Amino acid sequence: MTTPVLFDLPGPKARRRIRIGTAVGVLVVVAIIALVLARLAGNGQLEAQRWAVLFDPASQVPQALGQALLRTLQVAIVGMVLATVLGLLLAVGRLSEHRWVRVLVSTLIEFFRAVPLLVLIFALYFLLPKFGIRLSAFWALVGGLVLYNSAVLAEIFRAGILSVDRGQREAAYGLGMRKTQVMTLVLLPQAIRRMLPVLIAQLVVLLKDTSLGFIISFPELLRGARSLVEFFTLQFGNQYTFQLYVAAAVVYIVINLLLSWLARYVERRTRTSQKAAATTPTELPADVQMGGGGGAVPAAR
Amino acid sequence: MRITRYAATLGALGLVLAGCSSEAGQQAGEATENAPEVAQDVEFPAGSTMAELAEAGTITVGTKFDQPGFGLANPQGVPEGFDVEVAKIVAGGLGIAPEAIEWKETVSANRESFIQNGDVDIVVATYTINDARKQLIDFAGPYYVAGQDIMVATGNPQGIEGPDDLAGKRVCSVEGSTPAQNIRDNYPEAQLTLFDVYSKCADALRNGQVDAVTTDNVILTGLVQGGQGAFELVGNPFTQEPYGIGLAKGDDEFRTYINDTLEQSFEDGSWAAAWDRTAGAITGEPAPEPPTIDRY
Amino acid sequence: MDFVRENADLFLDAFLTTLGLSLLAGLVALVLGTLLAAMRVSPIPPLRGLATFYVETFRNTPLTVVFFFIIFGLPQIDFVIGFFPGAVLSVGLYTAAFVCEALRSGINAVSAGQAEAARAIGLTFGQSLREVVLPQAFRTVVPPLGNVLIAMVKNTSIAAGFSVSELSSLLPRLVNADAGDLTLVLVGVVVGYMVITLPSALAVNRIERRVAILR
Repeated sequence: MTTPVLFDLPGPKARRRIRIGTAVGVLVVVAIIALVLARLAGNGQLEAQRWAVLFDPASQVPQALGQALLRTLQVAIVGMVLATVLGLLLAVGRLSEHRWVRVLVSTLIEFFRAVPLLVLIFALYFLLPKFGIRLSAFWALVGGLVLYNSAVLAEIFRAGILSVDRGQREAAYGLGMRKTQVMTLVLLPQAIRRMLPVLIAQLVVLLKDTSLGFIISFPELLRGARSLVEFFTLQFGNQYTFQLYVAAAVVYIVINLLLSWLARYVERRTRTSQKAAATTPTELPADVQMGGGGGAVPAAR
Repeated sequence: MRITRYAATLGALGLVLAGCSSEAGQQAGEATENAPEVAQDVEFPAGSTMAELAEAGTITVGTKFDQPGFGLANPQGVPEGFDVEVAKIVAGGLGIAPEAIEWKETVSANRESFIQNGDVDIVVATYTINDARKQLIDFAGPYYVAGQDIMVATGNPQGIEGPDDLAGKRVCSVEGSTPAQNIRDNYPEAQLTLFDVYSKCADALRNGQVDAVTTDNVILTGLVQGGQGAFELVGNPFTQEPYGIGLAKGDDEFRTYINDTLEQSFEDGSWAAAWDRTAGAITGEPAPEPPTIDRY
Repeated sequence: MDFVRENADLFLDAFLTTLGLSLLAGLVALVLGTLLAAMRVSPIPPLRGLATFYVETFRNTPLTVVFFFIIFGLPQIDFVIGFFPGAVLSVGLYTAAFVCEALRSGINAVSAGQAEAARAIGLTFGQSLREVVLPQAFRTVVPPLGNVLIAMVKNTSIAAGFSVSELSSLLPRLVNADAGDLTLVLVGVVVGYMVITLPSALAVNRIERRVAILR
């Protein structure tokens, strides 16, 4: 542990106080947990039978949740790949030498960052058909995620491209490369490598946002859990409701924690292997992590 | 590795829990299979929608996935219920087997656009026939007549006997549905709480977050059943809701065909059998008199 | 144009609901987020652990799931909450995790020398946090914090799925309008959000310029 700067390393008296504080803190937390558990138990929510349904193949629940998770991952992965590609194009467009390209691309980016994702998905699914363009629920969801996330990623990529040392660009021009070559052979490869941890972190955001598919009834994980709830409620009352939602939440949290962990791992690897990566932004801005919305103002640079 | 340890613990817990079987798992095997008749060697006028569908050997049906007794998705994602059975009867007449039907989930708000856009061939989804909708699409049927009713917590603590008692009460329904619009237009004193699905309304009523849920009585019956004693029906239907089968506007040939098929199923008992297997199994009531087809 | 006139009240109500939801949830998020940030840098390990646990949980959960647990899960522990308060709580609790993150990165950005100097002149942990670190941290975090709150405004749209009649709830309500009208509804809804977010963004930029400290 590094030496804290906000407080002295505690002396004997302070250590005692901290121990007391720790004990009190632990007690409070334990008390809250105990209260919640007692209330849950009082409502019969802790019965083993109720939780067993999540693991009992005969109930079809594990299979159904697995299928729903698969669809969620499909949306997230297809969305991520397309958003990365489109985000790169937008980033390059925003750095273009032609003014009209810059203005056009900037407007697009700002627009898609300013519109709530839910509204975007809704528009793709319900409005486009009125103009003769039909999208399935899958593609409407993916489309909304791609439009929003590519706008966010474009800003991140742009920062990444700009973070490559200016000397490299000048050297590349000095070698007689054309601007396309400089971008594709020199700047982008380095930027993408540096951006890798951020890209993985963005996948967490995207995965969370797939749950917005509820507005167009796409059967993703959360919706899948709800369908199971509805089916079981008819026969068994609401005895599995709480358990199924907890299961969905736990799956999201576990997958996202694993992804965050992977992002940090990759980040450590890139940092140790490359001296040049020192100035790279390695974490997503907090507002981007929130998903759904995203900042309307360009992230501070 | 900490992560491996957590995973191992979770896995072990799962195995222990899997050891004790769940009520849901035990009853899963008891579901009954049913197959309505599928016509063989069907003949239709060339170029008609029927001929196209029969030729393709498949039909896309829009239905609800969250309506107990009418259209409710099972864990495999396949809907079950009376609407589903009616759709199977229509498909059967075209020589299309139940397995060959492609089910698409529709919610109250998107049924018209699904038909208009050609996302589905027909919609069988507790779909009330009314004039506003007839501007956009056409209806075959009705195949059932429901009525808007009110569901309250058991014992009816608020003393709600009919729609006039809803004034000042928190009433739950689904956005974009006929019952919600009816309350909005005719009982503006009621405080509407609108969700996207009825199951959320039932949860809200159970938690005391709303005082009543209103929609068609058959839908409420399913919710009462799922409430396991927590809810009761007021039992005072105050509207007529004829359920029709939605199809593309202007396809009169197809509409006549569906009407004929429905009428035939009324006569040969397959309609009543479909009722008994699904909605009837929930309400415990025998199939009602079939409604009169409205060939407008 | 009839369509606009007929639904003007509806739009105004929805807009005010979104605005109220945003303001209240923003308040919850700021207060709780600041508290969490203080806990994360505090000397007491369980507090640090608790705050980290809170942030990691909410950061990795979809807001929709948070809504489910607040509106339909809390009654399972005999705590029934109304829909609007539930929405305020859901959005507030979720956003607090990100406010905490923004603040923490701000605290980390205050140079260690400042904290050391505060300690050297004899300020306690609370004093140095209150008098020296946080005021500076708040300045550095104006842009990220502002962005978090603006993102929050857009995230309030999820309340539409939980019976709060805010702006986005107009979409499913009016979806069966014809193409021209639906476009109008969408434009209205988007403009409604921008009426809140764009001035906020401008305000953030202004405050940022005014309070910016040169390092």
